[in-house]
Amino acid sequence: MTETRIDVRVEQVESAPREKHPNTCPRCGSHFRDDELAAALYVCGHCDYHFRMPARARIEWLADPGSFVEEATEVRSADPLDFYDLRPYRERLAEAELNTGLADAIVVGAATLEGLPLELAVMEFAFMGGSMGSAVGEKFVRACDSAVAHERPVLLVTSSGGARMQEGILSLMQLAKTVAAIDELHEAALPLFCVLTDPTTGGAMASFATLGDVIVAEPGALLAFTGPRVVQELVKEKLSDDFGRSEQHLRFGQIDEILPRAEQRPYLAQLLRLFAR
Amino acid sequence: MPGEAERSLRERLGRLKSLPLLHRTGVAAEEQRLQEQLDSISRVDASEDEIWAFVELARHPDRPYTLDYVERIIDDWLELHGDRGRLDDGAIVAGLGKLEGRTVAVVGHQKGRELKERLDRQYGMASPEGYMKAIRVMDLADRFGFPVVSLIDTPGAYPGVAAEQHGQGGAIARSQARMLSLAVPTVACVIGEGGSGGALALGVADRVLMQENAIYSVITPEGCAMILWRDRDEKKKAAAAFKPDAFHCYELGVVDQVVSEPRGGAQEDPDEAAASLRRAIVDSLESLEGTPPAELRRSRRAKFRAMGVFS
Repeated sequence: MTETRIDVRVEQVESAPREKHPNTCPRCGSHFRDDELAAALYVCGHCDYHFRMPARARIEWLADPGSFVEEATEVRSADPLDFYDLRPYRERLAEAELNTGLADAIVVGAATLEGLPLELAVMEFAFMGGSMGSAVGEKFVRACDSAVAHERPVLLVTSSGGARMQEGILSLMQLAKTVAAIDELHEAALPLFCVLTDPTTGGAMASFATLGDVIVAEPGALLAFTGPRVVQELVKEKLSDDFGRSEQHLRFGQIDEILPRAEQRPYLAQLLRLFAR
Repeated sequence: MPGEAERSLRERLGRLKSLPLLHRTGVAAEEQRLQEQLDSISRVDASEDEIWAFVELARHPDRPYTLDYVERIIDDWLELHGDRGRLDDGAIVAGLGKLEGRTVAVVGHQKGRELKERLDRQYGMASPEGYMKAIRVMDLADRFGFPVVSLIDTPGAYPGVAAEQHGQGGAIARSQARMLSLAVPTVACVIGEGGSGGALALGVADRVLMQENAIYSVITPEGCAMILWRDRDEKKKAAAAFKPDAFHCYELGVVDQVVSEPRGGAQEDPDEAAASLRRAIVDSLESLEGTPPAELRRSRRAKFRAMGVFS
């Protein structure tokens, strides 16, 4: 007769720390229903922690009611390298589309804010980490083209892990592509305003995110070319708590302002008035 | 063995495409024939080891660096120092000199040969101050009408605390923006490792060249393996997946011309490598000569705006 054994592995699995629910505040532990969070602009009512805000929700909030007209909806990612890591790139794309309901990691279109026209380009972190592939580059270029054609400023809201590795060198070229679009915007004497949200890292920081004529950031947002984990590994000493965060960037003169979400609309409206021609 | 055949075909095709004097007239038929052959066997992907061979050659410790080429290509060289703000970043060298009798500005990454020099130059990984130095010299070139030649050879921008605090991302973005707005002809060449944003900061030029054993990539193979495979040792697999070699970069329209190297790599004969690079740069500058500044800027912008593949 064989000895009976208790499988202890099951217990270990159960005692492993569970992922926090996305609606639980990582700072103070408060929990919110979906509708509560949406009504509060995805800001914790207890400690002001800023949750990541979905691109659609942000556009609905920033744009005057009914004013947003989406553009470049037909642009989609291709798979030029037939890229395959642990899973095929196409599969990741399909999954991201299913999860977010978006065609890629940026939504662009024309709108008004307090009656003033602008071009909106809002990134979605939930779509493959907001990574910049050819579709993101192309949609941003088209947003700038539309802004030039209608003589209105561009408001870019970033949330991106950087270039999309699955598109190889072409994803690196998207950095230059967005910079080229901004060059054209500036030649037409139109401004780019950037709102940097958590997280904006890598390629996004090395291209359009840091080329705004006015750059503001949300409180506590991670904004870095090289993220803290990689830097930590290199320097092998404890980094300051605000390393790579908005607060550090304001202190070092890299951004103009840190704005809680509730203060962003009036600030942006003021910018639009000041730059209106 | 299909891999070997592909490699040798790619080599021959690269050589043909970089022949400056023929201007594609006499070699057009041969080029087409090779391209067709290559297309037919390209169905069989280049193997991991073949792609990795390029990575190793690009990183070869004896591979000529920017100053090795400057010494062989540029006459009357005068190095300039400092970003006029904080310091002089040795990871980027910049200066003026003569090429075919006229003054050009050169900016490039510099890795350093001996251990001490490598440390001083941070292995060619520039800090924001390095890019500010490049921008400052590009400003100067723009002011006096000197064409800009940039040589790219970096694992990536420096990933340090101070670099982040002083705006690494912004410096890279502004260097690209400055290159786009220049009113003078510009030629960039990837001469070793074209690592990510740190490389692209010097790469937004009218003509982008790449030596045949150089690599140009969005991330290092090790970094990509770490992120996508969660295992640094999968670097060969990662490199084979994102294809950083010159021929794939050429096929994707990222570089305009592949510059041939001596057999076995540039380190085997730096003089010959330099002569070939010089020809390619002079040829590119000649093809840009006489273009009005506004047109240069417009077509440079159009070139980079068109980058990418989407549906």
